[in-house]
Amino acid sequence: MANSRIVVTTDGARLTVAPRGEIDHHSARSLRERIDSALYSARPEVLVLDLSHIDFMDSSGLGLLLGRYQRASEIGCEVRLMGCSARTKRILELAGADKLFKIEERA
Amino acid sequence: MEQFKAKNKENEKNKRALVNEMKVKMPAVSENESTARSVVNAFVAHYDPTVEELADIRCAVSEAVTNCVVHAYGGRGGVLYIGVKAYSDRSVKIEIRDKGRGIEDVKKAMEPLFTTDKSGERSGIGFAVMQSFSDSVKVRSVPGKGTCVTLIKKLASEE
Ligand SMILES: Nc1ncnc2c1ncn2[C@@H]1O[C@H](COP(=O)(O)OP(=O)(O)OP(=O)(O)O)[C@@H](O)[C@H]1O
Ligand SMILES: [Mg+2]
Repeated sequence: MANSRIVVTTDGARLTVAPRGEIDHHSARSLRERIDSALYSARPEVLVLDLSHIDFMDSSGLGLLLGRYQRASEIGCEVRLMGCSARTKRILELAGADKLFKIEERA
Repeated sequence: MEQFKAKNKENEKNKRALVNEMKVKMPAVSENESTARSVVNAFVAHYDPTVEELADIRCAVSEAVTNCVVHAYGGRGGVLYIGVKAYSDRSVKIEIRDKGRGIEDVKKAMEPLFTTDKSGERSGIGFAVMQSFSDSVKVRSVPGKGTCVTLIKKLASEE
């Protein structure tokens, strides 16, 4: 179950994590563990959080993104967001977090 | 039915009638965050909301419910009460109530980026999200007794 909720791919110095489904306080915990373990084992230059398969996200999801930003920054890794919905952008803006991340449109 | 009539009298001055209501009680545990979103979604879906309106409601409900799980009961569990009412003027009122620790200073708690969380995984925008995604947010809280968050969403008229 927990494993099917996220797809992790590495491409050179770029680590992409693509969670699926809903990010709330309940699901954030296992996603956090999966992303952090991938981050610390790959130690990439760029971490891409691909949100194109997310159909729900609230402030706990934003907390997940900001927490990963924090962890990645500590090891000199840049964080980018991909596939943000208009709704996700609105939540990022409420926290002023839209300026923190480089936002990539879908490849 | 009698109860309904009495309530409708109360709403007459607002020129609206109570169309439907629901009360749900569930343990304030994290898996019920999605349960709460789903039941409120199912209730409101009868009144032809737009896809956007429904998504707004799911998000606002999720914020209030998560706050009960995380802050009111500090993850230890407790009871979460949800009441939903639909009115003839197409407004929907959602009450999310807990009997947890309560909020000392509601005004401060509602300020964007205010959080008492120490984990570094929260940013204090839950109330800002509720305000942004609904038409009105009211918070009543008594320290040591609990908190009640009332969300109102006006659905756009049909057609
Ligand atoms: N039901 C509640 N019972 C007790 N305290 C609450 C409750 N709801 C909110 N609070 C308090 O209000 C603060 C602000 O809540 P808000 O939802 O805006 O932010 P948060 O939950 O801390 O972070 P985020 O929602 O962004 O993850 C909380 O940190 C908490 O101290
Ligand atoms: Mg919150």
